[in-house]
Amino acid sequence: MTQARAERAAGSGLVLAGRPAAREHLRVVGVEQIGAYTLLRLERGELEPGVPGQFFMLEAPGRVLPRPMSLCQAPPGELAFLIDPIGPGTRALCALEPGAAIHVLGPLGNGFDLGVERPLLVAGGIGVAPMPYLSETLGGPPALLGFRSDRHAEAARLLPSAEVVVEPRLVTELLPEDPGGVLACGPTPMLEAVAALAPQAQLAWEAPMACGYGACYGCVVEIDGRYRRLCVDGPILSGCAGKD
Amino acid sequence: MQRIPILNASGCLDALTAPGVAQQLDTFVTKTVTPLPREGNPPPRIAETEAGMLNSIGLQNPGIEAFVADHLPRLEELGVPVWVSVGGFSAQDYADVCARIDGCDTVAAVELNLSCPNVEEAPETAAELVAAARGVTGKPLYAKLSPASWDPAETARAVAAAGADGLSLVNTIRGLSLDPGTLRPTLARGPGGYSGPALGPIAAACIYACATAVELPVVGMGGVASGRDALTLLAAGASAIALGTILFSDPRAPGRIRRELASEAAALGYESPAAIFGQARQVAGRAEP
Repeated sequence: MTQARAERAAGSGLVLAGRPAAREHLRVVGVEQIGAYTLLRLERGELEPGVPGQFFMLEAPGRVLPRPMSLCQAPPGELAFLIDPIGPGTRALCALEPGAAIHVLGPLGNGFDLGVERPLLVAGGIGVAPMPYLSETLGGPPALLGFRSDRHAEAARLLPSAEVVVEPRLVTELLPEDPGGVLACGPTPMLEAVAALAPQAQLAWEAPMACGYGACYGCVVEIDGRYRRLCVDGPILSGCAGKD
Repeated sequence: MQRIPILNASGCLDALTAPGVAQQLDTFVTKTVTPLPREGNPPPRIAETEAGMLNSIGLQNPGIEAFVADHLPRLEELGVPVWVSVGGFSAQDYADVCARIDGCDTVAAVELNLSCPNVEEAPETAAELVAAARGVTGKPLYAKLSPASWDPAETARAVAAAGADGLSLVNTIRGLSLDPGTLRPTLARGPGGYSGPALGPIAAACIYACATAVELPVVGMGGVASGRDALTLLAAGASAIALGTILFSDPRAPGRIRRELASEAAALGYESPAAIFGQARQVAGRAEP
């Protein structure tokens, strides 16, 4: 089936980069402070939660561009996103109150490959965001989390069984010699350190993104010497994909 | 003229990754194609500002041969008329790409990107580049101009005399944003093309000036995010509308803006959006061209 025919078959949704997605105006049902972060809970509407590691574009009130956020939790009837208020867009999202509504597009991107043996979740900082949904989907595999402060580390309660370190200790210090199938999310230096220790690791990358569906060419990363759109070919890339 | 055509601004939509978005349009305009493949500029390539966004993509494209062999047949399947945006670094580049697509039936028209703010410009004038393209293709030629010129009407007259069949107004305008902490440019290449809401009045002024100066159809673009924005550019002298930055946040924008435009026009007492064409000039008491 061509993409065009798949699109018509999908009814009111859209097929973006070969994957089904939809855009809806969703009501905020809860806003919870979790240490330094905010858990933004939205009604789910007709949106699918997708595969862990996929992301959604969230309308940031008062801003020109939406913000890409990976799904943190998918309780029945809800989609929940863990947000670090680091700029005007994320601050606007964290300032939302129950009853407000924002446009949400997704799910987008490729998501983690869940068919790995002996999965091990590894996250640093706000990279913990996709881990609760990933952990639930995989049946609660072991997880390692690293944070820069005790306040940030409060987010570890979203993943109660995880082993947690706070700087100056680094999460990569916890990686066993034979780590199994690593699925990781976090800041670039952490991902590069994980890739060096576990070349087959699946790494969730971040990049500035205007659209999330391949339109703007803004989010490119270098893979095997070519600029590829992270929203189309990622955000999950193999540790040996040669980014940068 | 009844229905106002709605297009995408070149470089703001990939019809092959988002076919359902392209199929809401009356015409799909490709990302700019150059003679040779281009990887584009290094990241970071985009930055949001208070009233818009900057981009510095740098004409990433597969080059004309791969475009014709691989992209064009798949674009044809969408069932939407296709305009090809053509770019280059010399008059010969523009002529080479135009000559290559002149025989491609899928291509309804050519838009000459004469104003990319993110790459080195061809040494020739806009009119010379239009003349070079005119010499090798009979397809309709739309000249996409920069709003940065002090006198865009002069450029409009020159490209009209060189054989342009229409104008695409406007491209992005160069802007710069700095990282709030380091005070270094946010984008890897420094400045970028500024688009979004802030570009709207700049586009309206450029369209107003050019539509008064020449009798060419104008595709109006720049900051259109609503039916009211589209109506403004029509009143300024555009006869078609292209959507850019709004597509990034709302892939359903073409259908929404078409509906909003119809209701905005009706609310003002016009029988159709087409009747709004050029109203700004009449209100201002200016003579029709």
